Amino acid sequence: MGMTLGEKIIARAAGVDEVKPNDIHTVTLDRMMSNDGTTHLTVDMYYNQLKNPKIADKDKVVFIMDHNVPAENPKTAEAHKKMRNFAKDHGIKLYEGQGVCHQIMMEDYVCPGELIFGADSHTTTYGALGAFGTGVGCTDFLYAMTTGTSWVMVPETIRFNLHGSLREGVYARDLILTIIGDIGANGANYKIMEFAGDGAHNLSIDERIVLCNLTVEAGAKAGIVEPDEKVVEYCKAHGREAVHMFKSDDDAQFAAVYDYDLSKIEPVVVRPDFVDNFALLKDVKKEKIAIDEAFVGSCNNGRIEDLRAAADVVKGKKVSPKVRFIVAPASKAVYIEALEEGIITTLMEAGAMIMNPNCSVCWGSCQGVIGENEVLISTGTRNFKGRAGHPTSKVYLSNAAVAAASAVAGYITDETNNI
Amino acid sequence: MSKSRVWKFHNDVDTDQIIASQYLLLPDIEAMKQYTFESLDPSFAEKAQPGDLIVAGENFGCGSSREQAPSVLKALGIKAVVAKSFARIFFRNAINIGLPVIVCKDLYDHVEDGGEAELDLSAGTVTVDGQEFSCTKLPEYMQKILSAGGLIASLNKEEA
Repeated sequence: MGMTLGEKIIARAAGVDEVKPNDIHTVTLDRMMSNDGTTHLTVDMYYNQLKNPKIADKDKVVFIMDHNVPAENPKTAEAHKKMRNFAKDHGIKLYEGQGVCHQIMMEDYVCPGELIFGADSHTTTYGALGAFGTGVGCTDFLYAMTTGTSWVMVPETIRFNLHGSLREGVYARDLILTIIGDIGANGANYKIMEFAGDGAHNLSIDERIVLCNLTVEAGAKAGIVEPDEKVVEYCKAHGREAVHMFKSDDDAQFAAVYDYDLSKIEPVVVRPDFVDNFALLKDVKKEKIAIDEAFVGSCNNGRIEDLRAAADVVKGKKVSPKVRFIVAPASKAVYIEALEEGIITTLMEAGAMIMNPNCSVCWGSCQGVIGENEVLISTGTRNFKGRAGHPTSKVYLSNAAVAAASAVAGYITDETNNI
Repeated sequence: MSKSRVWKFHNDVDTDQIIASQYLLLPDIEAMKQYTFESLDPSFAEKAQPGDLIVAGENFGCGSSREQAPSVLKALGIKAVVAKSFARIFFRNAINIGLPVIVCKDLYDHVEDGGEAELDLSAGTVTVDGQEFSCTKLPEYMQKILSAGGLIASLNKEEA
């Protein structure tokens, strides 16, 4: 029987010819990433709980500080110190203030066919380059760092055949929010979401990142786009070689198959407090929902294409005096590119506050935290209750153009012409 | 086998609700546990007693990979979480730290918040008012990790 793309990656990592769903295999990991959300706990466990503390291969381990960067209080500063010292003592590569972990992993490490553990749920991002990335907790991370291996139960695969292209003004963000709205917040729980078809190959790598990154919001263990020439080019441009270009066999078994015509996708606004609380922008905007803050950034939507979309909307306009408009480029590379294109100037002239590259508002802990009953429109990953601050606050999710237009209008909309 | 107090939660309880982002960089789990379920019930951590059970609907623990979520529950002495279904990262983290997570489709509608239930871990059953509910059995591999007391305890054992 044929295997799916994801099954082939697990088989490679397990050193076996074939795997099938629900098998449990011991795998050798290609890479492990941990950020400052949990690394201080991992370090404590390393010293206090391991009988034989060691690191299997330090070159496969990457530490990235991105959640509370720079530190906003003395407790965070101590947690960071612990992470920094551990990296130094063990020769582990540490990034600090360079960007959101997943964006850095894409720019500097991920290759197709790899199996990567990240101590962050949005590790599914790496499927944009045809890799199997999955989020784990710090115990899993510690075990992986110590042994170089882990256990994996083989998930079933759901296949999404994408056809055609997105219309002007519609983004990959709208596509994945539509898919999550359709299948639900646990619609792909413990499954791989595989994207293929001409529509998938029409998407840029940046757009594929948006797609794969949010698959975890449908519960997926991994989200993977069938790799193609664009993946080879991206790797080459970043000094890497694409070796393991897997695709699903014709006779591979899928748990379900869905077809999406990309030309039919429309801009989406997700209502609080669940990512599958799908609504269409055209309906939501009639309600003129007033906002206190708008955010463009995060591992989902802080890349150059998103900043460009936001800048196009606000060019020559002013952010509403009732709104804080916060923009956080996803990485240093994105930030510099945006500077060079004049995007940062445009955004700042309109009244945006530009943050250093980090998780920022999406994580609700160190920048742009919202208060009691406040309303945020965000390109972040989640809109859970209290995600961006006070438990009574509300988070709506949209693409970058809608977030920027709403910042200007003061309410949720895509229209800024009359303002 | 003793009876446990039940704390009942709805579908899609996410990890931000179990333990919010702003507490994750506190020094350790002991410092975090007082904020467990803060947005749903600010007095939960104070009222929860060792041996209590959490009963939940579908997709418990969805969202972030923060291991702090199962860890604060374990630190409060929660005996197990029994849910219709779990989000996968929470499920795996719970097993890895040795917190029993049990899938039981039928229990939910037969137990009330504040009520009592009796969990027999080895038999894989929960009893409420004399009515017994069977739980889904864990694959042997995961059962082994759980009974060793978690993944690190099991690794230490292997290396002993």
